[in-house]
Amino acid sequence: MDSRAHVVLDDADIGRAIRRIAHEIVERARGSESLILLGIPTRGVALAHRIADAVAAIEGTEVPVGSLDITLYRDDLRMRPARALEPTTIPAGGVDDKVVVLVDDVLFSGRTIRAALDALNDVGRPSAVQLAVLVDRGHRQLPIRPDYVGKNLPTSLTEQVRVEVAEVDGADQVTILGEPQ
Amino acid sequence: MKHLLSAADLSRDEAVLVLDTAAELAAVTDRSVKKLPTLRGRTVVNLFFEDSTRTRISFEVAAKRLSADVINFAAKGSSVSKGESLKDTALTLEAMGADAVVIRHGSSGAPHRLATAGWIGGSVVNAGDGTHEHPTQALLDAFTLRRHLREGSGDLDGLRVAIVGDILHSRVARSNVLLMRTLGAEVTLIAPPTLMPYGVESWPCSVSYDIDTVLPDVDAVMMLRVQAERMHAAYFPSTLEYSRLYGLDVARMSRLPDHAIVMHPGPMNRGMEISADVADSPRAVMVEQVANGVSVRMAVLYLLLGGMKEDI
Amino acid sequence: MTSLVLRGVRPYGEDPVDIVIADGVIVDLAAPGTGDGEVIHAEDLVALPGFVDLHTHLREPGREDAETVLTGTRAAALGGFTCVHAMANTNPVADTAGVVEQVWRLGQVAGLVDVRPVGAVTLGLEGERLAELGAMAHSAAEVRVFSDDGKCVHDAVLMRRALEYVKAFGGVVAQHAQEPRLTEGAQMNEGELSGRLGLAGWPAVAEEAIIARDVLLAQHVGSRLHVCHVSTAGSVEVIRWAKARGVDVTAEVTPHHLILTEDLVQSYDPIYKVNPPLRSAADVEALRAALADGTIDAIATDHAPHPHEDKDCEWAAAAMGMLGLETAFAVAMSTMVEPGLLSWRDLAQRMSVQPARIGRVSTQGHDLVVGAVANLAVVDPDARVVVEPSGLASKSRNTPYRGMELPGRVVHTIHAGTPTVLDGALA
Ligand SMILES: [Zn+2]
Repeated sequence: MDSRAHVVLDDADIGRAIRRIAHEIVERARGSESLILLGIPTRGVALAHRIADAVAAIEGTEVPVGSLDITLYRDDLRMRPARALEPTTIPAGGVDDKVVVLVDDVLFSGRTIRAALDALNDVGRPSAVQLAVLVDRGHRQLPIRPDYVGKNLPTSLTEQVRVEVAEVDGADQVTILGEPQ
Repeated sequence: MKHLLSAADLSRDEAVLVLDTAAELAAVTDRSVKKLPTLRGRTVVNLFFEDSTRTRISFEVAAKRLSADVINFAAKGSSVSKGESLKDTALTLEAMGADAVVIRHGSSGAPHRLATAGWIGGSVVNAGDGTHEHPTQALLDAFTLRRHLREGSGDLDGLRVAIVGDILHSRVARSNVLLMRTLGAEVTLIAPPTLMPYGVESWPCSVSYDIDTVLPDVDAVMMLRVQAERMHAAYFPSTLEYSRLYGLDVARMSRLPDHAIVMHPGPMNRGMEISADVADSPRAVMVEQVANGVSVRMAVLYLLLGGMKEDI
Repeated sequence: MTSLVLRGVRPYGEDPVDIVIADGVIVDLAAPGTGDGEVIHAEDLVALPGFVDLHTHLREPGREDAETVLTGTRAAALGGFTCVHAMANTNPVADTAGVVEQVWRLGQVAGLVDVRPVGAVTLGLEGERLAELGAMAHSAAEVRVFSDDGKCVHDAVLMRRALEYVKAFGGVVAQHAQEPRLTEGAQMNEGELSGRLGLAGWPAVAEEAIIARDVLLAQHVGSRLHVCHVSTAGSVEVIRWAKARGVDVTAEVTPHHLILTEDLVQSYDPIYKVNPPLRSAADVEALRAALADGTIDAIATDHAPHPHEDKDCEWAAAAMGMLGLETAFAVAMSTMVEPGLLSWRDLAQRMSVQPARIGRVSTQGHDLVVGAVANLAVVDPDARVVVEPSGLASKSRNTPYRGMELPGRVVHTIHAGTPTVLDGALA
């Protein structure tokens, strides 16, 4: 591992964060049956499934989980070679009149979420959209704020935040790379 | 990838990427909002020197679903100085700022020339050139095969496909032989010897003059259009003899394994290479091929134009 | 008149001498440094008899945008040629005494090489009625070579009659061997590659079948036949067989068929589109061997200038043909002399002596001896030159050798005792 990288959340921290987010979602939805979790690929999808599992443990109810690929809605497509698409899977019944919680690993500029809102808009018309992120590292470039945050992580722009989840990366941890300014 | 000129331009991984991308884009086609903002501000020119409403519309729909601006440029008819007109047209398109030119041309190699002669800077997509290639048709055929016979993912490893008809003049056959090979399928070309290209023995496929012995062992059969006029150039004695020896009718279709599908790139000559009842049978997937054509062309346009411009 | 001395030159690459020229004739082969007269330095250079081209398209009259007699003969002189045969497919076609005399006179006026017009075999190259072959033969142009080049005299009866008719004045029919039905719409050599590229094939048999027919006809009527631009191994076999049977047949090969192969067509760049088409590597090998053993008598350029727009287009729409005059020697050097297939004396035979004999040009193709007409090409065998189209004297730029480095350079050309090229530039 990079000697400058340091772990800011370990697997236990991540587990606690997910459970807390699940509690908050349940509280706010007050047992609403119209909840849907949509993960933003790749790691957002894994996190969405875990939040759904935590909700099920708390409430005993199944929350539908899907994935929402935002590649085709990105505003920075021309800055990199064409990317492969990730799957978009909308749970049966669609998103119309549902409360959709978008789930992503890191909230940074807000552009990903802007793209996700556009993508969601083309899929249907939810009654409300909320945002859950594991890490909020600040530096927003758009008027977007999360509804549920696992951890607020003040960073400098020269640092990188790396989220790893067991389903994708083999282990759970969040690390910061690079020098603080 | 800067251009798509030949099916041979695609590696196995690239071809699978196109098919995977097409599969995701096909889902968009099924929802009520069919439009994506991806290629907003990009200009796609459909430059058609030959009439082909089907292919032109397919590309047009694909480009529009991705929000590209589409210019249809039907260059057919300027016959006097045909050579000049390709270059002059290209210069015009360049001046208009075309990001991609989708070209259909009657002369083999015209897209290649357009891409390499230095006339334009954008991407070139071959939508059929002479008797050379038609790579997006091969991609949509591969996509259709994959959906029916490989559960919609991966490559076509081990699949057996027969292509029957006027191989000599067919750009569809050339592109399919190359792409199927890349994706691991085994192709058998079937035609009278007069309609086989010279040197076909060295192509990466099998060759047969007898459709009946091949059909029981294939997963799909692709029938190619045969123009009746070919008989005047002695490629075969009569349309009757052709359809008797090489046409697909119900009796012949019954030789296919139960799971096998019947394909045709269109337009069909009913009664010539394919009988009407075969064309309308549930095993025939022609309508689906048309729909898949849009998804595959969206994928190609996205992969060519959806990223940054490649350095030239 | 003052005499001219080619100082220290090596005739046929042999021992150096001073070649002394006066009144258009070689008057002395003197010891180096002893020749008297105006000196042209030629130390270490090789002297050969001036090259004679049996197959040049000068395009005038009719396509002066591609080439004129003046620009074409400039290119010829720079290529070491002292005589060219101007093909008949002009507009109007060179099928009357009037047209051939016009071309001949334009050559006289330009004064750089002997321009020997080729007469059409049939009126308008239409392949239907004989042109006035006798009138052209007896004109000031003294036509001896007749050809419908660009088109094949495919009618067997017409070909027989032409072969017979030209016997009266020692003429020869130069056949462009291409069976028309087998090559309808043909774009490139028929083979595995044409099938793959989707370009209509040009089968070798379309050339070979016509040559086979024509050598049998020539034998039957006891006439002289010349075969233009032989391009296939099979054609070589037919000609070899005919020569063994005593048929009076001669043959030429172009420089491009000695060096380029059909693989180049994969680029779809029409610069490589030519008639007959570029063939396989095996054909190239057979052509080199045939030129070496004398089955093929001569190198002829088939210099075919085309304006830029006729090549700056898609393959099928492009014109057929490539430039040849200014690169012929270098290609011959590269393919025949350097590999040891031809000696300098052999090369002189293939590029000068034999073509002059076939064309019945009495003032050309002389051995470099005292008394010979002073037509000379003086070349530097050690030079290597990168072909740059913009540096060519031809009015057109359609050379397939752009950017290629080729051996050998024509330094001086002397036409009938007068320098036309000195130090690689027009004198
Ligand atoms: Zn010719």
